[in-house]
Amino acid sequence: MVTNRRTATSCALSAPGLSVAGMEGRLTGWGRTAPTTARLCAPTTAAEAAAAVRAAGERGTLARGLGRSYGDAAQNAGGTVLDMTALARVLALDLERGLVTCEAGVSLDRLMRLLLPFGWFVPVTPGTRYVTVGGAVGADIHGKNHHVSGSFGHHVTRMRLLTAAGEEVELTPGEELFDATTGGMGLTGVILDVTIKLLPVATSLMSVDTERAADLDDLMRRLEATDHRYRYSVAWIDLVARGAATGRAVLTRGDHAAIEELTPRQRRDPLVFRPRSLPPAPRGIPGGLLRTATVGAFNELWYRRAPRDRRGQLQRIGAFFHPLDGVPEWNRVYGPGGFLQYQFVVPYGQEATLRSIVEQLSRHGCPSFLAVLKRFGEGGPGWLSFPMPGWTLALDLPASVPGLGPLLDRLDEQVLAAGGRVYLAKDSRMRPRTLAAMYPRLADFRALRARIDPHGVFTSDLARRLAL
Amino acid sequence: MMNALGDPQSLLVLGGSSEIGLATARRLVGSRVETVHLAGRPSPALDAAAAELHALGAQVHVHDFDASAVETHETVLGKIFAEGDVDVVLLAFGVLGDQEQGEREPLAAAAVARVNYLGAVTSGLLCAQALRRQGHGALVVLSSVAGERARRSNFIYGSTKAGLDAFAQGLGDSLHGSGARVMVVRPGFVRTRMTEGLPDAPLATTADSVAEAVVSGLRRGSETVWVPGALRFVMSGLRHLPRPVFRRLPL
Repeated sequence: MVTNRRTATSCALSAPGLSVAGMEGRLTGWGRTAPTTARLCAPTTAAEAAAAVRAAGERGTLARGLGRSYGDAAQNAGGTVLDMTALARVLALDLERGLVTCEAGVSLDRLMRLLLPFGWFVPVTPGTRYVTVGGAVGADIHGKNHHVSGSFGHHVTRMRLLTAAGEEVELTPGEELFDATTGGMGLTGVILDVTIKLLPVATSLMSVDTERAADLDDLMRRLEATDHRYRYSVAWIDLVARGAATGRAVLTRGDHAAIEELTPRQRRDPLVFRPRSLPPAPRGIPGGLLRTATVGAFNELWYRRAPRDRRGQLQRIGAFFHPLDGVPEWNRVYGPGGFLQYQFVVPYGQEATLRSIVEQLSRHGCPSFLAVLKRFGEGGPGWLSFPMPGWTLALDLPASVPGLGPLLDRLDEQVLAAGGRVYLAKDSRMRPRTLAAMYPRLADFRALRARIDPHGVFTSDLARRLAL
Repeated sequence: MMNALGDPQSLLVLGGSSEIGLATARRLVGSRVETVHLAGRPSPALDAAAAELHALGAQVHVHDFDASAVETHETVLGKIFAEGDVDVVLLAFGVLGDQEQGEREPLAAAAVARVNYLGAVTSGLLCAQALRRQGHGALVVLSSVAGERARRSNFIYGSTKAGLDAFAQGLGDSLHGSGARVMVVRPGFVRTRMTEGLPDAPLATTADSVAEAVVSGLRRGSETVWVPGALRFVMSGLRHLPRPVFRRLPL
């Protein structure tokens, strides 16, 4: 959420070479919690971004994309925040080899609209198309295909980074700074442009298998047995259900549809991509709407209407990957108190921890609608990258749930004891010590930052909170 | 930084030996606070507070701070904020004074006003500036129901709290949009060293209850907190009583 957006842009327009004395804006993450204020600037060229970095004051600076990380990752209290969405040109497109080079502020939505007609798709997409390429690298995001394709950083062939000294450096995979930057939460510098290896697709439709799982054990059995057959796989769990139904879920798995699967009518325009959306959620929704009763009823309905077992259904990309993008500003439904997302991963072999956490959440009466369970594949080389082989669970919770802080602190400890970790792009409440124990390469990350950015030019509320 | 659930990581208590200040610090150290600055006049109570919070696992820094020495505030507070961000400042100092002595010796009354009001004005403004620079943080001001309407029996103290309360509200409005904010806390009669020997007033409360209300107010992002909550309605009634009636109340 950004207030004063218009003034933020005018700061770039009104000042050639960019004035850092722009307007102040109040920023939060997607969860709309813990707002802080920063000066906003919207560089339109790499040179303007460099000028802004050189002019950063003692509270430092930070790049921000579309603000989809849930917590305070894209905030910099008292400092400068660079709104990167104006640095959004597509620089090169190789349709033979499937490579696109674009500036960091380009969104995945834009890339899909641009590339699908040519038969190319982004290699990794999260649950929303409204993330920038820079943010995708900074958080080293993953999608439903992680068990097959790895995280976003795995598909980046090169990038250009603006360092604390205001210089541009070219990075390729395998270099120290490249690996620190993928998943580095924007703390190594400002990502200027990125080259991405794309995925060829024959159609813009998805061929989807849907099945219901009666409880958590059933779900995990099904995922273990057949996940490898699907490029995309995810399970939506009902965390409100208790007793025998604890962990009941709907699995949706699939792949891009082949041309033969389309009806003759669909074959006339197999690569069409026109995502539709409803009007945005209104402002001023009161808090407390999402309680156990309402969310429980919603989950019940949604579980019942899912087919028990359906194969090869054709779905649009939006419906399969980004159902929530259909309601712009859906984060407002949590009311003024905001919400947070808790996402963790525990390694394979630690299923008992996963089961215990699901039970604790269900017993606590957390009104969490549609938690997501997924199996990760191999982790990437990113130093602070989240994915590792194991089970990952993500759930949204209103910040006002009584006892939420201590509950999540206990879960952190269990995740840590199981050898797992919590996702930085979602975090808004962890303890610095726990985080450090979860990410063994944090010490290297700190040392690298101390070396290449001795004055701490790049910083964020997340970095301050967790001493990154 | 304040996290998504409203738990701060660093705390500055102005009036470091205040019982309400210590009770609040104790609770906050129990959740996320790792750094505590205790600013107060050197005393055994201040040392004991520091030792207790240290034993609870906090990094405690003690600073020599005299609320009535307003010219020194800039130096002392400047040093504290230079050590790092402060997520919550608790302005907890204050003296009750002796009403009868104050009426006899006006300078004694002025001394109460100097601590409770003047000291809060300088330190409050300095803290607000620092929080504004940080782009985040909360200034919690311990006001009192005594400031809501001055009573015959303690109007010297009451008027200083009235001034403080009005000051804090205005300061809060001036910080709107800056990322920093002010929360005004209005406790009723609190059983502490300050009120020792005085008879309990109705709806009397404890330092720990005030601390609990401060912590939950921070979580909710409240602007005004009454302790106990019922006082809000009691005082709303008292405020509108006609003077001749109010004067005769045994308050």
